[in-house]
Amino acid sequence: MSSRIFGSGIRRREDPRLITGSATYTHDIVLPGMVHAAMLRSSHAHARITRIDTEKARVAPGVVAVYTGADIEGALQPVPCAWLLPDSQLRIAPYPCIAKDVVRYTGDIVAAVVAETPYQAQDALDLIEVHYDPLPTVTDPEKAAGDDAPQLHAKDINGDDIPGNQAFHWTVAGGGDLDAAFAEAEANGVVIKERILQQRLIPNAMEPRGAVAQYTRATGELTLWNTTQNPHIVRFLCSVVTGVPEDKLRVIAPEVGGGFGSKIAVYPADFVTVFCSKTLGRPVKWIETRSENYQATTHGRDHVQDIELAATKDGKITGLRCTVHAGMGAYLSTAAPGIPTILHGLMLSGCYTIPALKEDVYGVYTNGVPVEAYRGAGRPEATFMLERLIDMLANELDLDPADVRRRNFIPKFDDGHEVVTTLNYDSGDYPGALDKLIEHTGYQALREKQKAGPSNGKYLGLGLSSYVEICGLGPSQVAGAIGFQGGLWESAIVRFHPTGKVHVFIGASPHGQGEETTFAQIVASEIGVDAGDVKIFHGDTDSTPMGWGTYGSRTTAVGGAALALAVRKIRDKAKVLAAHLLEASVEDMDYEDGKFFVKGSPDKAKTIQDIALMANVAWNLPEGMEAGLEATTFYDPPNFVFPYGAHLAVVEVDASTGQVELTGYTALDDCGPQINPVIVEGQVHGGIVQGVGQALWEGAAYDESGQLITGSMLDYALPRADLLPELDVISTVTRSPHHPLGVKGIGEAGTIASTSAVYNAVMDALKPLGVKRVDMPFTPERVWRAIQEAKGS
Amino acid sequence: MKVPVRITVNGRLFEREVEPRLLLVHFIRVFAELTGTKVGCDTSQCGSCTVLIDGVSAKSCTTLAVQADGANVTTIEGLADGEKLHALQESFWNKHGLQCGFCTPGMILASHELLRTNASPSDDEIRHGLEGNICRCTGYQNIVRAVKDAAEATAAADK
Ligand code: FES
Ligand code: FES
Repeated sequence: MSSRIFGSGIRRREDPRLITGSATYTHDIVLPGMVHAAMLRSSHAHARITRIDTEKARVAPGVVAVYTGADIEGALQPVPCAWLLPDSQLRIAPYPCIAKDVVRYTGDIVAAVVAETPYQAQDALDLIEVHYDPLPTVTDPEKAAGDDAPQLHAKDINGDDIPGNQAFHWTVAGGGDLDAAFAEAEANGVVIKERILQQRLIPNAMEPRGAVAQYTRATGELTLWNTTQNPHIVRFLCSVVTGVPEDKLRVIAPEVGGGFGSKIAVYPADFVTVFCSKTLGRPVKWIETRSENYQATTHGRDHVQDIELAATKDGKITGLRCTVHAGMGAYLSTAAPGIPTILHGLMLSGCYTIPALKEDVYGVYTNGVPVEAYRGAGRPEATFMLERLIDMLANELDLDPADVRRRNFIPKFDDGHEVVTTLNYDSGDYPGALDKLIEHTGYQALREKQKAGPSNGKYLGLGLSSYVEICGLGPSQVAGAIGFQGGLWESAIVRFHPTGKVHVFIGASPHGQGEETTFAQIVASEIGVDAGDVKIFHGDTDSTPMGWGTYGSRTTAVGGAALALAVRKIRDKAKVLAAHLLEASVEDMDYEDGKFFVKGSPDKAKTIQDIALMANVAWNLPEGMEAGLEATTFYDPPNFVFPYGAHLAVVEVDASTGQVELTGYTALDDCGPQINPVIVEGQVHGGIVQGVGQALWEGAAYDESGQLITGSMLDYALPRADLLPELDVISTVTRSPHHPLGVKGIGEAGTIASTSAVYNAVMDALKPLGVKRVDMPFTPERVWRAIQEAKGS
Repeated sequence: MKVPVRITVNGRLFEREVEPRLLLVHFIRVFAELTGTKVGCDTSQCGSCTVLIDGVSAKSCTTLAVQADGANVTTIEGLADGEKLHALQESFWNKHGLQCGFCTPGMILASHELLRTNASPSDDEIRHGLEGNICRCTGYQNIVRAVKDAAEATAAADK
């Protein structure tokens, strides 16, 4: 079975606990003597706090303690930003765990209550009186950068001013003479200009965030259960903020109910929960409500993009110039500065040969929730720019969008291709992917159907999106060079027990992606044990080796590689021991499917189980060999991996109502060899739907005073089952030349491609109606208005 | 003020004095100590908290414990028959109908309701039947497959 387990869609081992309600999420942790915390969040988006009166709350039934900003002073350091973007005039504003003087968004904590029950804690919040002096607010990133915008922060952490609310200004430029390219295009070619609003999105992992902190005074030890994608980073930063030394700090990510980027950051409320436990000497639980999640857990996107594309008359791109105002929210969240820059700007040339480009990204403080990674993180915003402008170019030149893509694709390559932003893509066949998609979907026939005109007032639209993305983050040396304050390697420990059963301890921290199953498949395929004999441990910093977290589609790509290499070390040792036991020389040994034998004599083989027993009892080891059968690997990838693909969305737009219906969707993705194709397909489904959500329904909105008006699931439109068609998912397989298993990543691909595919499809449908531009999401009202405006003009 | 309630959860009777405002979901999670039922929102939108009250699905975050006085509540923990999984649990597992699993208890019980009222639903009927349950991970496609699969398995078993 072992050779076939790689590539097999076996059922997930995670599922039995999840489908029976036996899994333990953070909210499910109950400890003796535990009390409950609730956070009072600011009622203003920007205000000076003039007075806080907590007396009534303190004496309310069940209340154990009430803390304000004054109480944590000295005990909790500001929340650190851990991506120090170089050469960007980075200005990190102090990010307090509890706001003391000024609140800067409605998620700022102004006080915390601890009570015997969650209801009592919640009740007591209403008894805290906070007096505010409101200040002017700004939530639009471009306006926030303007001269007359209210200034959010007096000084950054180094005591410097933060003029124009500018958190950073980052530039990427490469290739030839960009000005000349645009001058030439103005004279003899075409220049396409567009403004794209990548609206703010709310990640909406179905499990709200939370923390349970248990501090033991006698030992000074702290255990923190936390809804996180990266428990080791939490341990690292929690130690910095709370002062609990790393060796006394255990972070456990139990079952985690999705993250999509929103559980990467470290958060004030989690540290406040730690503070409460330390101060009271009791276990403290804090679980956010969904409304609180909207109000204070990181959001995504929020770009105002101004883009210009230069091209020849026959549709060859000659230059790309962009300015992005990226809303950062009130503070710089943990990884925030790297998202609209490194993960965005460096991918700006996508699947295409672009001779010259430049992008300026302004990170701007606004009175909103801090913006962080959200599925795709920077790459959907880059893909969207290109894919949208290419469609506009096709319209301008009256060419089919597929043809314009073909005219600009990087030709097929299988061992490295350096692009204009200096990244070295690993392998890809972008023209091949598009051709296959077009053939599979009957694209030409759909175009013919479209030519027949609307039926029943419904306009058909087709939207393509070709993408390549960067994931498998990444070489640690590069991490250092781009200012990421951590490494990006992964590690795994593989331990064989005497009966041949295996324990794997891994630093990666999957939270729904199914990698307990995928990892077991890797072990089984590498050394011929049954996948069912392999137990995977993750998410507990006391038992697992260091890991840098599950995000950026890196867990199978980097953690999986570490694991495969650890198993290969074991295989090497097992081979030496088998040779010794068979009285042969190592060079004469062969290995197949968990059996070690002298070449030509497979019948006299030692199985890996035999070897595990002999290594563990150690009665007869070769000279110098250590007992046991265990290996540890630290895998630092030599490069990123670059999955790619092409998607097609088909929509119908009802011109009389503005209603958009997604009627078909086909995704072709290439993430290299698939360890478990069923899991891969599931990742693609989920990813696509999140991207579709951005195009059609989702968007966080603030009012003039900085109040979040999409503050609950009632107001924020999430994709639902009845709004979606059956998705058609196909794939090709291109190995990564530098990866031990050849695999790339798949967690974000769907989201990266689908927003632009759907957007292009809707605009394609609206083309005969003369509509040029609509901001996402395509609500019926917006589409209808755009149609009316086009009619009027 | 507290009021007495008698609620049977998965066959076990719990007699407790509760605040009238206590939500059924908290009764289940705190008093019955069954944490499989999840809370995903505070506006009755997500369906994570779905349970069966006397065999009919209900959102336990929008039901007061006192409203369930005298009722038989079934949660995800009570769906399997001992070791034997319910057809829906099997099918969600077989069809990869879950990822992070947080929506899953509610999704399975909402699907239970769907199949109770329509033994062989079309894809469309499944999608409409589950519109009160949000899953952020799966994109719903494999959930639809799972419900369909369970309907077929149940029909085959009944033959
Ligand atoms: S918890 Fe969301 S509907 Fe009940
Ligand atoms: S499986 Fe994660 S929300 Fe449905």
